[in-house]
Amino acid sequence: MNEAIIHVITVLGVLFVVLNIAAGLIWVERRLLALWQDRYGPNRVGPFGLLQVAADTVKLFFKEDWIPPFADKAVFVLAPAIVMLTALMSFTMIPVAPGIQISDLNIGLLFVLGMSSLGVYSVVLGGWASDNKYALLGGLRAAAQMLSYEVFMGLSLMGVVLLAGSFRLSAIVDAQRHMWFVVPQFLGFVLFMIAGVAETRRLPFDIPEAESELVAGFHSEYSGMKFGMFFVGEYVGVVLISVLITVLFFGGWLGPGLVPIAWFLIKVFAFIGLFILLRASLPRPRFDQLMSWGWKLMLPLALCNLVVTGAIVMATRR
Amino acid sequence: MFSILRTLWNILLHSFRPRVTIQYPDEKPYLAPRYRGRIILSRDPDGGERCVACYLCAVACPVDCISLQATEDEHGRRYPDFFRINFSRCIFCGYCEEACPTYAIQLTPDFEICEYDRQNLVYEKEDLLISGPGKYPDYSFWRVAGVQIGGKAKGESEREDAPADVRNLLP
Repeated sequence: MNEAIIHVITVLGVLFVVLNIAAGLIWVERRLLALWQDRYGPNRVGPFGLLQVAADTVKLFFKEDWIPPFADKAVFVLAPAIVMLTALMSFTMIPVAPGIQISDLNIGLLFVLGMSSLGVYSVVLGGWASDNKYALLGGLRAAAQMLSYEVFMGLSLMGVVLLAGSFRLSAIVDAQRHMWFVVPQFLGFVLFMIAGVAETRRLPFDIPEAESELVAGFHSEYSGMKFGMFFVGEYVGVVLISVLITVLFFGGWLGPGLVPIAWFLIKVFAFIGLFILLRASLPRPRFDQLMSWGWKLMLPLALCNLVVTGAIVMATRR
Repeated sequence: MFSILRTLWNILLHSFRPRVTIQYPDEKPYLAPRYRGRIILSRDPDGGERCVACYLCAVACPVDCISLQATEDEHGRRYPDFFRINFSRCIFCGYCEEACPTYAIQLTPDFEICEYDRQNLVYEKEDLLISGPGKYPDYSFWRVAGVQIGGKAKGESEREDAPADVRNLLP
């Protein structure tokens, strides 16, 4: 009984914190982008403009929630829910600190990868159901991008799994007690970082949205809170990838001095900042460039990394 | 590859640069003295209207936002009966100021003329006239020694200065 209550509290707590961080990231991103472009960003609503998020949310709720008459209604409504659902499902596996984890599956990493891959359905279905050329092109690009980047995203993590000897995320964190995996698996880290940016469809890999080419890409026809779901879903994705990098390569909650959860949050926010810095500085590559890098450069690199790591683990384990 | 990292680093360094934004309502921007903002009608140093209702400003105006009607006082001196500028049309090009032979119409560095009602952007003569001479404090069109006309040499008529000695540099 007591355990069940603690479990429910953990679930609600993680949900609350994740959603709030994701919504707050809208403000963080706008302020950071402004800082790097020598501007101020939103600073008039509340202290430091913090209430901008509340104002935006209220605005989104009162917007007309319009479904185009030519759209496929059921799918159109379902698509934005999928992106939130899959991203939030992944968080069930994340070990925030010792004991603060909703579920510690022995295939946790596979579950997270699977769920984040399912997220692409929302984009593709959203683009398809809109019955709009730009939305469809966005969905098409999203599908192709996910296909090419999902492959080496998984492979780049296999080195970590080999070193830790487990798919269980808490075990992976524990295995980094002596050395963070970013040191032996630096190539894996770089590959995963690139794949993660592509996975969350953020700049420089925001090719499915590409507002200079495709209006707003897959969510061109969305308005009101359905658009808000896509918007927040993207930020949940950013948090998820940052959390995964922290857990898999930077020792999760491990660190001297502070309480474990503080270390975890510091690392996660550092990577969120890196995400925003990438957006502030890099231009968008062409679509065919993205595909050819994915298949011809990243995938072979990931395979080499896997083979070399495997060989070293084989040689030293005996 | 190296250029990507260098870009990231350079952008990161922007955290320590001063911001270029001027936070307008709290912090007023610097406006040059010749900034072309709200239009005014200036007066002589004596306090009379400078405008002689010659219509040159209305002709020069590319958007036709100036309208006026000339009339004469008891001395036969021309002045505008009404003078109206529609600021919802005005593009602040300054052609009226250039066309004006008497420096009466001038543009000022004031741009804060927003209104909730369009009608309020139509300024009448009372709104345009200011009490001072504007940019040319000593200039008075009527005092300047004018043109020789029949039966009167330069500087002979009432309220007219003696003609300037063009060979003398002294004011």
